[in-house]
Amino acid sequence: MARVLVLFAHPRTDRSVANTALVAAARSIDGVELVDLYAEYPDFDIDIDREQQRLLEADILVLQHPVYWYSCPALLKEWLDLVFEHGFAYGSEGTALAGKPMLQVATCGTAREAYKKRGKYQNELRTLFSPFEQTAKFCDMTYLAPFGVFSAEDAKDEKRLDGIVTDYHRVLTALRDGTLDLEKAAAAPLLNDVLDEVIATPEQAAV
Amino acid sequence: MGFFQDAFIYLLAAVIAVTVSHRLGLGSVLGYLFAGIAIGPVLGVVAGAETETVKHFAEFGVVIMLFLIGLELEPQMIWRMRWQLLGLGGLQVTLTTATLTAAAMAAGFAWQTALVIGMTLALSSTAIVLQTLNEKGWMRSRGGQSSFSVLLFQDIAVIPMLALLPLLAVGDPAAMAAGNAGHQGSMLDGFPGWFQTLVIVATIAFIILSGRFLVRPAFRLIAASQMRELFTAAALLIVVSTALLMDLVGVSAALGAFLAGVVLSTSEYRHAIESDIEPFKGLLLGLFFISVGAGIDFGLLFSEFFLIIGIALGIILVKALVLLALAGIFRLPWQDTWMFGLGLAQAGEFAFVLFGFAGSSGAIAGSLVEILILSVAVTMLLTPLLFILFERYVLPRTVSTTNREADEIPEPGTVVIAGVGRVGQIIARLLMAENYKIVVLDHDPNLVERMRQTGVHSYYGDATRPDLLEAAGLGEAEVLVAALDDQDQQTALVRHVAEHFPKCRIVARAFDRHHLYELEKAGAHAIEREAFEGALMLGRRTLRELGLHPFRAEQKVRAFRRHDMQTVDVLREYWGGAVGKKYLTAVRERLDELMQVMRSDRLAGKNLPDREWTPPRGEDAER
Repeated sequence: MARVLVLFAHPRTDRSVANTALVAAARSIDGVELVDLYAEYPDFDIDIDREQQRLLEADILVLQHPVYWYSCPALLKEWLDLVFEHGFAYGSEGTALAGKPMLQVATCGTAREAYKKRGKYQNELRTLFSPFEQTAKFCDMTYLAPFGVFSAEDAKDEKRLDGIVTDYHRVLTALRDGTLDLEKAAAAPLLNDVLDEVIATPEQAAV
Repeated sequence: MGFFQDAFIYLLAAVIAVTVSHRLGLGSVLGYLFAGIAIGPVLGVVAGAETETVKHFAEFGVVIMLFLIGLELEPQMIWRMRWQLLGLGGLQVTLTTATLTAAAMAAGFAWQTALVIGMTLALSSTAIVLQTLNEKGWMRSRGGQSSFSVLLFQDIAVIPMLALLPLLAVGDPAAMAAGNAGHQGSMLDGFPGWFQTLVIVATIAFIILSGRFLVRPAFRLIAASQMRELFTAAALLIVVSTALLMDLVGVSAALGAFLAGVVLSTSEYRHAIESDIEPFKGLLLGLFFISVGAGIDFGLLFSEFFLIIGIALGIILVKALVLLALAGIFRLPWQDTWMFGLGLAQAGEFAFVLFGFAGSSGAIAGSLVEILILSVAVTMLLTPLLFILFERYVLPRTVSTTNREADEIPEPGTVVIAGVGRVGQIIARLLMAENYKIVVLDHDPNLVERMRQTGVHSYYGDATRPDLLEAAGLGEAEVLVAALDDQDQQTALVRHVAEHFPKCRIVARAFDRHHLYELEKAGAHAIEREAFEGALMLGRRTLRELGLHPFRAEQKVRAFRRHDMQTVDVLREYWGGAVGKKYLTAVRERLDELMQVMRSDRLAGKNLPDREWTPPRGEDAER
């Protein structure tokens, strides 16, 4: 059983129905540790040693956050700037993260259509997240296709939220149990689209 | 030679007596009085006649004091006090005068003489009372404010009394004429009443206008010259000249100085003037008290001992009863009632003037004047003792158990805040702004009153009393904010609540690290050292003023804070209820470590010169 670390970054959890539901799902899973960064560091004063220790103890890193200006909220970026340190995450002695998968779980305000070549943003979500992907690669991590929650604010009203939460639950459980095909997940443009292909059913896993 | 010798004696006596009396907790007034008694009647190193001169000189101390009080009082403040001034002050003077006059008539004096005695003894000692209230820091309490109102009214009342005295003379016309000649000199004597009034009004107007339009520009010029002693001289000049002016038109000099102070209270030089003049006040008042002590005629005191003591006690008793009754009518809190009643029960320094005047104008027989003046001195001598009585017996009782019933608390709050001093007030505001239902408890009725006026649900009561906590709804409250000023009471409160209301979270203000440990043991859930964050912010500001980049300064503060939080954890086990040797060694070690941390910019481990915010560089990419 792999240990999954979910770093959750949202400055206004009180306004996010989707993230609250996703957090609750993550918390309910054994072996998944969820860290609410804005709760832990309301003053942005990140304890580097402590965070690096967390990473050392984890096998899989999940970054869960809303999309702010095609990127993550400031505290998560600050966290990366400080914790992914020379001699820890990269450099000749920096091998702490090598080989560990990294998954981004992002709630988007806009509809799926915007994140298309011909869409409003002219880029796939994964393309927009290329700085994260590059960071992961720089640290020898395996960057998985992002898990996107589109039109997140309407998800509940449109009765999509339960399905999304179930999917998220499946992804985390599969990561924990090692039943997620990392190679396929890394190759896809968006994880949501390929869930049934990358996650083995219990029967398949047994075979 | 004579001057130096006198100065030496007065100063030496003052220094010794006041130091000793301070050590004994008796306050400076009693010290000065005893210094006077020592050098006057006891040792006889200063003679009687000369103390008279000194006294006149020293009365200037009272004048300066009133000037300083005026300086502290802005005109609107006096306007707000107007009912208290007229009501409390007016009633005190009339009732006390009436009672004492009746008593004197019962003792067989003519009504005129009795009235003079009654009026004169109705006045209290501005010098003693205000000096004591200031010294003890009670000036801002309701008792202090009420006392001040009464004293101010009395000072005003002196004017009509002086006017009335000659009319009450029952002695022979010759003495009366001599008295009038000796009257310290209004140049307006002999003019018709309406003209006198007109001149007085004009003078007051002149003082107010010149304060506004003459004194301020003058001070600006003087301040620009940057000569400190010139500024002091100018400040003194204002006091002296207003006093002189008022004296000339026959109004109390002290009142004139008070007026000048009020006029200048809104000026930008107020604080500078205040700090320049303050030392003069202290010394001159000291001199005044010394001269009162030195002027006591022990020969007469011993020969008429029981009569004088009897009169003195009688004066105190009557005045105290009237004052207590007034305090009751005006609904002063219990503690303030006693401060008011005991504090103003003496006769004042104006009695020396008025009785002297009454004696010379023939309103009272000379031998009686001697005895009355001595009685007045005795009441003044007893005043500090009355204040001590108040401090020892009334004050402690008000903290733990009081006669005032704790307020009814109509609806419980989500948060109970115990203590609304500097700390609790801020928390109360924050929570109120966030729309939480709060209940505020404090055992200082004045504070509660003030908080109420600003719209905070505050209730009077002792937060360390279990029944009150119950009534405040601690059973349902989610959080108690313990912010009492007293360290031990604070710990006791936390312990009690932790034991009896286990569901309530306790947020506590600690005074320092040791108190933090105590509160932890007592069961508080969240504790902050009250001055810690504030001090860090000041430290950050200091670093910035020293030229450090604001964000670097912030980082330094963060590193310090982090280390200090760890220090709290590390030292906890060494503490064990007191500061021991091991604890001190550990503190020392932590301090050494702190210096390393702050200087190397990092906490532990890797040998990186600059650990934070160092993203990959070119060479990193090429591994």
